Formats: sequence, C-alpha cells, structure tokens
Amino acid sequence: MKNEVKIHEVSSSSLKGRREFLKLSGMAVAGTGLFLAGCSYDEKTELNGSFNNTAKMGNNGHFPGVKNGIFDLGGNDFGVLTYAYALEQLEADFYTKVVNASGFSSTFNDIEKEVLTDLYHHEVIHREFFKTALTSGLPNPKHQLLPDLSFAYGNLNFNNRDQVLATAKALEDTGVAAYNGAGRLLSNPDYLLLAGKIVSVEARHASAIRSLINPNSADFAGDDVIDMTTGLDVSKNPSEVALIAATFITTPFTAKYLP
Amino acid sequence: MNILKFIESFTTENMMNVKGSRRDIFSQVGLVGKNAALTAIPFGIAALTSTKATAAVKDSTSGNPIAALQLALTLEYLEDEFYQLGLDSGVIPAGGREEKVFMQIAAHESDHVTFLQNGLGANSISKPTFDFTVGGVFDPFNNYAQFLALAQAFEDTGVRAYKGQAANLISTPDLLTAALRIHSVEARHASEVRRLRGLKGWITGSERGAGMPVATQAVYNGEEVTSQAGYDTAFLFGAAAGSEAYDEPLTGPEAVAIASLFIV
Repeated sequence: MKNEVKIHEVSSSSLKGRREFLKLSGMAVAGTGLFLAGCSYDEKTELNGSFNNTAKMGNNGHFPGVKNGIFDLGGNDFGVLTYAYALEQLEADFYTKVVNASGFSSTFNDIEKEVLTDLYHHEVIHREFFKTALTSGLPNPKHQLLPDLSFAYGNLNFNNRDQVLATAKALEDTGVAAYNGAGRLLSNPDYLLLAGKIVSVEARHASAIRSLINPNSADFAGDDVIDMTTGLDVSKNPSEVALIAATFITTPFTAKYLP
Repeated sequence: MNILKFIESFTTENMMNVKGSRRDIFSQVGLVGKNAALTAIPFGIAALTSTKATAAVKDSTSGNPIAALQLALTLEYLEDEFYQLGLDSGVIPAGGREEKVFMQIAAHESDHVTFLQNGLGANSISKPTFDFTVGGVFDPFNNYAQFLALAQAFEDTGVRAYKGQAANLISTPDLLTAALRIHSVEARHASEVRRLRGLKGWITGSERGAGMPVATQAVYNGEEVTSQAGYDTAFLFGAAAGSEAYDEPLTGPEAVAIASLFIV
C-alpha cells in the first residue's frame, strides 16, 4: 500500500484530497477484500502529475483483463466502460436485494415501492447493457470482460426503510459523481453520449431518493452535493469512487490505469 | 487561426496541468475566456458573439466548444429569468416545499449563468428578451399549474440539450467536466419538478406527462428509444422501463427551436 499512497500524492491536487485518500484507503483495506491498487506509476503520469494524457487513450493503452492474478479494469475507453459496468453491477445487485427482501411490501409505502422497483429495473438494464456492449466491443471478451462481481452490505438491514434509502442515496450520488468524472476520460464521442444518457437518469434517481428521505426540503439537489458558488454537481475520479465502492464489492480487482 | 484550433492549443499547453480541484477547474474555465478575448476576436469570432440564440447554435454541431457553451448560457438565462420572475410574482405557494424547491433551483440557475459568463469571458452572449407567456398563450406567473408545467419542460429540455453538446466539448476536458456537472444538476431539478407534479422523476417513452401542454411535446419526442448501441433495453422489463433508463439528447437546433418559443 505504501507505493499506492505515494502514487496518489502525485495526482492529488490538495492536502485535503491527500488526507481523504489516506483515511479512506485505510478503511478500504481494513474493511474489505478489495485490492485497491490505485494508479500505477506511468512515466507520462509522473512527468506532469496529470492523468489526462494517459487515461484518455481510446482503443490504445491497457485493456481490461487479469493482470498478476487480479482483474484490472484497464485504462482505455473499454477500461472506463468496464469501470461503469462495475458500478452498475453494484447498483443492480443492491436494488435486486431491496425489491426481493422479505419485508419489501410492508417496509415501504406505495410511492417508495414504485421508485425502488423502477430503480431496480433501470440499474439491471444498465448492467445488462454494459455486459452486452462490452462483450461485442472488446477484442477478446473471454479474457477482457469483467466477471460477475460479489457484494456484501455489512450490517445493512434490507427490511429497514431508512437504511435502504440512505444506501440508495449514497450509491446514486456516487454514480452521478463517477460518470461526471469519467466523461473526460473517454475519447470516443459515442461512448461519451451513452454515458451521458445514463448519468442523467442516475441524477434523476438521486434526486428522487433524496426527496423520499426528506421531501419538505431542498435536499433533492442539496448543498451537500451542489457547489453553492458554481452550481456544479460532484465529480469524482475512479480512484475516489473505488474507495466508496470497496465498501460493498468483495471481489478483488484493481484499477491501476485509471486516475 | 480558428477558434477551435486556438482552444486545442490552449488545452494542450495549460489545461492538461489542471489538478482537478474545483477552484482550479473554475479558474481554468475563466482563462479560456480571457485568452480568447485577447487572441481570437481579431480572427473573425464576431459571428459567435451575436446576441441571437440561433447564432450560438450555428456551429454547435461542428465540435465548437464556444458555441456549445453559448447555447448552454442561453438556456440558463431562460431558466434563471423564469424562476426569478416566478419567485417575485408570488405564484409559488409560500412557506412550504414548493418555495424551498424553487429557491434552490433558482439559486443553481443563477450560479450557472455566472459560471458560464465567466467561462466564456469575451465570448459570452447577452441575455435575450424572454416572453414566458408566448404571446399570451401561457400565464405562468399567475397560474401555478402552468408555472410547474413550464418548469418541467425547461428542466427536461436542459438535460437533453447539455447531453447533445457533450461531444462538442470532448476536446476540452475541463469544459466537458463542467458541463457534465451542470447536466446532472438539471437532471436532479427535472426529477424533483416532475415529482412535484405527481409524475415519475424519469421520462417514460415520449410521454410529456399528465397536465403538460401539447406545445411541450417537442421536449419529449425522441425519448422513446429502446435500442442503445444495439442492445434492446426493452428486452427484460418492457419498453417503458427500457426508455426510462436512458435520457436522449437534443441537437443544438432542436434545443434552440424549443427555447426560441420563449425568445422575443
């Protein structure tokens, strides 16, 4: 892990970001089996401290696939899409468990059930879309397609309304931030548009979940996520998102070639 | 030197060094405007600084980031003035959820106007003159149902319009990220306004939804798509869920055609 922290210092722009990484990375390592390797030292990366030149690689650069015994998401456009596929796997798994929980019909009111069932549908569709698109797009899908990941939700009680909605909020907000941060890593405009078609639906989800939690408020686009000066939503790099996702994903994987 | 080449060169030299903090992105976006002001105007950018919304759109289909952001600013001007007039008019029920929602949305749209004006610098455009009654057809500042309906139309339009401009910003990563971060805010707004109106937060098929004027149908045409990169999104749960799971883009001309309804 020493090496990984050092790497992030290169890419991190602020002391605050650095501290957050250190804090979160400790949590991730203690809490889950995820091998969080962060970004590897790449000579181009090292030169200017920015990943823009290396991450936006189109069909060049690193494809997804097993490296040193662990699946790596890759670093080219397919790597970015595989990263999105991993997140959609997580969201789809979560809502599948939500709607199949024994107390689903009594835990939630009718509006909440409708919203959660829609989200289950949407996220499963997103997951299957990425699986199909990556299988047909990857040169060697047998070795390059991200396998089905496994998930664990700790002490989360799927029959507890507040816990389920709080987790949904975290996942949707993270999804929005992840897609917002990933757009710039894509070089193919068709992939960028597809990501754009999905991220706004994730943002609609996030808004609805926040509104269910606290309807009589501005939380649907709250000051905790929308910058109060610029009016901009959150954007996160894959390395930041991986730390959050690591709370739930138990299958080891790495993201060495994403910022 | 054309503006696109200019921005590309600027991007390569400076933007790649942006470390990604919120402040850095903001200042970098500002720099684009300043540099464009100093260097690009003598090279025939006059057409792009026209106050007419349509001028902004002329080049927005050809990968021109400035035109893309000018279109965005036009839409933000529209939303900003609409919500400000709505709050000033007293049409929004005071003291409850509605007022909190629209004060928050208004604050964001105002921030977006300022952000885009700063980002565009000398390439910024003036605010058009709006008529939200569309020549007397609507009465949104006396009729709350109409105010809500137009708010929904504007937010859903905003989501689709930003999406349609993303590819035009692909060569300017910081501008793209900023636009995406506005795009998702518009989607959060759209979801809440739709839910205030008793609809789902997402768009089913090309349905404009109960109570929406026929005139707003252009906002929803084309949303019914259930094929994404060859994948049949209706396969698992039907066409309604399949279309809801993806928002579709509007082209620059389509977005302008909608906005132009409200521009005098």
